[in-house]
Amino acid sequence: MPTRLDSEPLIDAYRRMKTIREFEERLHVEIATGEIPGFTHLYAGQEAVAVGVCAHLDDRDYMVSTHRGHGHCIAKGCDVTGMMLEIYGRRDGLCHGKGGSMHIADAARGMLGANAIVGGGPPIAVGAAIACRNRGDGRVSVAFGGDGSSNQGTVFEAMNMAVVLKVPAIFVFEDNGYSEHTGAAYAVGSRDIAGRARGFGMPAVKCDGSDFFSVYEAAGELIERARRGEGPATLEATITRFYGHFEGDPQLYRAKDEVKRQRESLDCLKKFRERVAAEGGVAPAALDAIDAEVLATIGAAVAAAKSAAPPHESDVATDVYVSY
Amino acid sequence: MPQKSFRDALNEALHLEMARDPTVIVLGEDVSGGAGGTSGEREASGGIFGVTKGLLPKFGEDRVIDTPISESAIIGAAGGAALAGLRPVAELMFADFVGVSMDQIFNQMAKFRYMFGGSMRCPAVVRLAMGAGMNMGAQHSQTIYPFLTAVPGLKVVVPSNARDAKGLLIQAIRDDDPVMFFEHKALYPRKGEVPDEAYTIPFGEANLLREGSDVTVVAIGRMVVFAEKAVDAVAADGIRCDLIDPRTTSPLDEETILESLEGSGRLVVVDESNPRCSVAADIAALAASKGFHSLKAPVVQVTAPHSPVPFARELERAYVPSPARIEAAIRAVMK
Repeated sequence: MPTRLDSEPLIDAYRRMKTIREFEERLHVEIATGEIPGFTHLYAGQEAVAVGVCAHLDDRDYMVSTHRGHGHCIAKGCDVTGMMLEIYGRRDGLCHGKGGSMHIADAARGMLGANAIVGGGPPIAVGAAIACRNRGDGRVSVAFGGDGSSNQGTVFEAMNMAVVLKVPAIFVFEDNGYSEHTGAAYAVGSRDIAGRARGFGMPAVKCDGSDFFSVYEAAGELIERARRGEGPATLEATITRFYGHFEGDPQLYRAKDEVKRQRESLDCLKKFRERVAAEGGVAPAALDAIDAEVLATIGAAVAAAKSAAPPHESDVATDVYVSY
Repeated sequence: MPQKSFRDALNEALHLEMARDPTVIVLGEDVSGGAGGTSGEREASGGIFGVTKGLLPKFGEDRVIDTPISESAIIGAAGGAALAGLRPVAELMFADFVGVSMDQIFNQMAKFRYMFGGSMRCPAVVRLAMGAGMNMGAQHSQTIYPFLTAVPGLKVVVPSNARDAKGLLIQAIRDDDPVMFFEHKALYPRKGEVPDEAYTIPFGEANLLREGSDVTVVAIGRMVVFAEKAVDAVAADGIRCDLIDPRTTSPLDEETILESLEGSGRLVVVDESNPRCSVAADIAALAASKGFHSLKAPVVQVTAPHSPVPFARELERAYVPSPARIEAAIRAVMK
């Protein structure tokens, strides 16, 4: 499969994947210090899925995310410093400290929210897709979910309704092998999420979630189809997560060397580098330069978050309503 | 002034707002009905209670959306469409179906604005047909507005007459926050004076239906109709009551209630819901905390019992607060 990308979008894709990876790796370190409130679910390992899908979207397209949403936010263009401040619970975070890791949203980017309820997002994405359909402007609405959400009734309702109403909704399922602490091999009957989607009457494609190009090609066709008004579709990406369900999860359900092996064989960044090196699309030095840039960006974001002001206590009950 | 039913007043509100604002859409089960049927009749229903009649032929399938029986997806889609710039009016055929769609109501649309730091608005309306009196049993008869009144981020409307129903629904559609709009099924055929034109009634402003300084009677939804009878009955014996219809339980017009209580010192609250954590209990607590020094007698709450809604006619009659029970309560606080 030839890469259909010029060097500029390739570099952009790599930068976004690297940004997600570095964001999460750094959070892993910072969370251990106890400075970050609440609990956090890291997306490291799954970067190619968010970036491969969102490379086809712009700010006018909608997206709903999950509790493991940092990667989707970065791929959709959310500002990493605004995100980092939000995760630290700061006044100037993207949601002014009222959302946190699991509720990052950004209206300007069409990012309709990470969502702490598994299966909460797809019905919302269908609603945004109704708005896209009615305006007839070729926008689409993407719902990210995991293997866990593929077992939620709300998701089935949303998929069926999307087919019935023929709206431009794309359901992306990232099967990372685990629904919280339970294996997808156990919890997902048939382990064929794409097959479930086809049962609702929409096209569904499987791709290798550790390979940016596999995700990019598959997502592109489905999204273009939706933009043409031909209805919803599903993308199933097989992938793994490099960390636990949440930070602090001892991961007793995983074989001892599983993550180590997966980091060697399923690292989307490594695979991307190998592919572009082989095909000569981008010079390795250019990617090394991006690595350095990203490291600096994330470092600055963390430094900014650490020193940023907390919210005012007097804002505890503001923004509940537009007016009341 | 033309006489119209509660149902027709609501229908008129939807027609007017859909004509005025192209972003208003209606979605729900059988809102037009007939899709996929064998008769070819495309508007076979117009809503199970006829509230959405005539919308499909006028505004088309993109804006009048018959959905599968999928309450989570209906409410979720309303929330998502609202975030994306539409003004959806979703119909939950029976308020009891809130149970199926609760996550999308109280975890999603209610919280979007807050969780997202005030950066988004969710102008969705959910219409819910509620109430006992038609022998529909425990899962089709509840008045579950107390659950939703307790949820920050939602506004809750419970109209008691046709005129209010129209003005409050238009207000709900134009409002920028999610609104839960409860329609008592027994009120649908009841007629009242309803102006033809569009008008709004602001939320959080109670309606004072009777004036009298002996007792303050606060009633909600259909209970306003029963309370009117009771208040008129005791008036024959010289007991004068303020009768207050809050019209919205969130926001609640505390001021009107407390002002009346200051004059009367006696409070009867009538609520068709179950008694625990009800709107009646909330208003009684308001009297105890902010109106304590006005009180001359214990607050009396006239509510349904702590039981599901029963089926049999005799049992359902025993369940719903009656004009006679309200009258007895008024007389009791006067003793």
